[in-house]
Amino acid sequence: MPDKPRLTREQIAHRAAMELPDGAYVNLGWGIPNLIADYLPKNVEVYFHSENGILGMGRRARPGEEDYDLVDAMKVPVTLIPGASFFHQADAHLMSRGGHLDVAVLGGFQVSEKGDLANWKIPGAKGSGGIGGAMDIAAGAKKLIVCMEHTTREGSPKIVRQCTYPLTGLACVDTLVTDLAVIDVKPEGLILREIASGWDIEGLQKLTGAPLMSLGRAPEIKFL
Amino acid sequence: MRNKIHPTLDSAVGDIRDGARIMFGGFGGAGFPNNLIQALARKGTKDITAISNNCGTRDGELGLMFKNGQIRHVIASFPGPHSNYFQEKLAAKKVTLELVPQGILCERMRAAAAGLCAFYTTVGVGTEVAAGKEERTIEGKRCILEMPIHADYALIKAETADELGNLTYRLAARNFNPIMAMAATTTIVEVDEIVPVGAIKPEHVVTPAIFVHRIVQAKGVRYAG
Repeated sequence: MPDKPRLTREQIAHRAAMELPDGAYVNLGWGIPNLIADYLPKNVEVYFHSENGILGMGRRARPGEEDYDLVDAMKVPVTLIPGASFFHQADAHLMSRGGHLDVAVLGGFQVSEKGDLANWKIPGAKGSGGIGGAMDIAAGAKKLIVCMEHTTREGSPKIVRQCTYPLTGLACVDTLVTDLAVIDVKPEGLILREIASGWDIEGLQKLTGAPLMSLGRAPEIKFL
Repeated sequence: MRNKIHPTLDSAVGDIRDGARIMFGGFGGAGFPNNLIQALARKGTKDITAISNNCGTRDGELGLMFKNGQIRHVIASFPGPHSNYFQEKLAAKKVTLELVPQGILCERMRAAAAGLCAFYTTVGVGTEVAAGKEERTIEGKRCILEMPIHADYALIKAETADELGNLTYRLAARNFNPIMAMAATTTIVEVDEIVPVGAIKPEHVVTPAIFVHRIVQAKGVRYAG
């Protein structure tokens, strides 16, 4: 197994940030997606939504600036941008579920070739697990991007024919950004859009548990 | 004017009996009725069914009531990484859990508030939460039937109440509080400040007084962890 370079978590976030259109209303989930706000292209302005009832969430609060009534979904003190608003939790999820958010970006444990997502519980893990807002977002976001490593720490594919982990939603993922590729989930299957520098589709396919299709030679992942 | 203002936290929760179904507001450390929770812990009410997004942060928020063994069943969305007392009781089978997607938790409470008998949703189809639920296809989409969540009491936190019980909330400490206020039979609110009727502009009221039954001023614990 050749030890070719993979994208870092920050680079995955950077590449995913390039998927966000100007003016979009966006929800970022836990994990890699939470890093995306740092990598927005300069000419792109988006409005971050938080499931605890904030639209127009700004950067994280600096030391001394924290207000614990103004936190994000990860309990981290944040700031607001001009034009921000507050609303109760039912309206926050209505925005997710009702197709009002333009893009949501979630982390993932497994994604199937049909776009099924498993991201809330690892089988056999200790404790209750927790669903939070992930199922509402999976059911309703106009476009769902999943950011994750291409394989588990042990090297098994996280992109699979059928998820074996507890599901978050069926056929909900539109695009995958991993440390090796950008992949679109289409009715005909998984379409390789871009591939990490130094990798070819044969090498990538060995680490992918479902067939990848490519329209011609997939270009390298580049960063704006 | 009906007097809704209670002189103490203990009197505000004084009639909550064993076995009560209680909603608790709050999310991510903000907007928890921490002082009412402490009063309920002092009272020692047992066999509670708790409806809450999370299950405590160490000793804070609902953590204290799990530690004391006061809660028997919980309906929650995200118990949370520091809900150690809850996790211990769950592992020991002293507590049972119904895990609900967060937006569906909101809507099930709103269904109760709105007098709706149930609703269909695509959320959770094909997942663990669909187990045992009626499924049908509506407009070509697979949906499951979700039932309302009722409660005897809601314990909530607001920033300001007027003497009638009109409420405003601070920043993102609003979260679940207005929803629970509407859903429970009796809503008990702890606030930073009680102001005269008319001091809150009508267009700034978030929770109208009709949903609020008891008001108590609490200057104690604001954040629990």
